[in-house]
Amino acid sequence: MKIFNKEHTLPQRDSKSINEQIPDGMWIACPICHQSIYRNELGTLKVCPECKYGFRLKARNRLALLTTNFTEINKDIMVEKTDFPGYADKLQRAKTTTQLNESVLTGIAIIDEQKVALGIMDSYFIMGSLGAKTGAKIAKLFDIATEQHLPVILFTASGGARMQEGINSLMQMAKVSAAIARHSEAGLLYISVLTDPTTGGVMASFAMQADIIVAEPHALIGFAGRRVIEQTLHEKLPADFQRAELLQTSGFLDAIIQRPELPTKLALLVRLNEVK
Amino acid sequence: MKIFKKELSPEQIVKLARVDRFTAQQLIDGIVDDFFELHGDRQNNDDCAIIGGLGYLAGRPVTVIAIDKGITFQEKVQKHNGSPLPSGYRKAQRLMQQAAKFNRPIITLINTPGAYPGKEAEELGQGQAIAESILQSMSLTVPIIAIIYGEGGSGGALALATADQVWMFEHSTYSVLSPEGFAAILWKDASRSDEAAQLLGLTPAELLNKGIIEKIVPEHKKVERLFEWLKQALVTELAQLMEQSSQELVENRRERFCKF
Ligand SMILES: [Zn+2]
Repeated sequence: MKIFNKEHTLPQRDSKSINEQIPDGMWIACPICHQSIYRNELGTLKVCPECKYGFRLKARNRLALLTTNFTEINKDIMVEKTDFPGYADKLQRAKTTTQLNESVLTGIAIIDEQKVALGIMDSYFIMGSLGAKTGAKIAKLFDIATEQHLPVILFTASGGARMQEGINSLMQMAKVSAAIARHSEAGLLYISVLTDPTTGGVMASFAMQADIIVAEPHALIGFAGRRVIEQTLHEKLPADFQRAELLQTSGFLDAIIQRPELPTKLALLVRLNEVK
Repeated sequence: MKIFKKELSPEQIVKLARVDRFTAQQLIDGIVDDFFELHGDRQNNDDCAIIGGLGYLAGRPVTVIAIDKGITFQEKVQKHNGSPLPSGYRKAQRLMQQAAKFNRPIITLINTPGAYPGKEAEELGQGQAIAESILQSMSLTVPIIAIIYGEGGSGGALALATADQVWMFEHSTYSVLSPEGFAAILWKDASRSDEAAQLLGLTPAELLNKGIIEKIVPEHKKVERLFEWLKQALVTELAQLMEQSSQELVENRRERFCKF
């Protein structure tokens, strides 16, 4: 049994490392502060006791931490055209791992007595990539919220585009934006909660289009990949680069909220923004 | 129209799309008269990778926003080879809002490998700038026609292509990522970019077929003929778009993207 696994000291963006972020050993290393943590210390919230980094969660596990009152919608929306080499297998594995049919879970929830349209992206589903059906589920969530006059809370987690779907993946950034524009025109509230990692096309669209943008501690948030930037500039980037704390300092986040406080703080924001 | 040219393969089109066949200024001068460039994002910078301004298209005032790669080495360095900075997208937003205020149609000319992937660009909110461009475009009350005249690289291109119509030059590409990037992810081998180009479906013909774009701009050998064709097409299409009420325009634009 490995006591301290060096491979997990840096968060990486391929799905393999995401799936292995919490390995089976008794001790694991926090990818942010590098503390070795006794597995049980992480608790159900999966938070580093030292630096408060929230480990990556599957959408259904995150849901359980937010509410027990949830009605899932559009559960059966899924990719039908899987002719891209290897895509069908990848989807099948993702479905088994996450118990989802796409990289986002959507529904109507009550969080701390507030009724909201809730979306939770899942980085364990092909890196939370933005497929056409991911876009469809999120756009429909906004449309339903617009019809029912509900605020939207969306937890983002994504490595970016779904390259197996080519240009259609790119179009989702615009499709979801259209739904957000309609929801916003109806005077309704949209809160995005940026979780580790929120990158690429998701970051460059709906993650950054909310009325209120919050993040979990130390979440990786950025448009371009770290490696691409390092290759372009021929220099190493600092450890805090593209982390939530730095984004807040430069003015792109309203707040950083620790995982245990999310339900009460999000509900408070909903109440504070109620239109009387 | 008869096409005598031999059909090009996707990888040939990728190579042609990257040749600097036109500068943005050349295209602008070919389409509009009395072009007046407007500089700056009104916050802290003037990104020269984006040229914006006003001019007359066959007598009608229009706003033109163009991404330019530059020709000389110095220009390419300054313009990051057509990779806009956040300030470039913010300049574009400012000019789009101004166009809406004065009820002027917007023409965007796109040629970019993608938004600039720099440390400072990230810190200044590259993703936020693109997100905001897309969101604002979804509510603009004037017609927007986007024309890709070289590379249409990913979100950096989409930021200026959230339009009522998207057209592509015959030898241009539009894709979610570069063939090299695609090959690197898929096969861990960037040198297999030719295969990637075939899989990506990035040619104008394929994208027209999928309904991602509305028109292919034929590239006549004589640029005057190309400009004449383009000018005529813009006049015709903008006149039709201007007939829609601003509400219809916005609804139809949103609908255009909802089908994908
Ligand atoms: Zn830690």
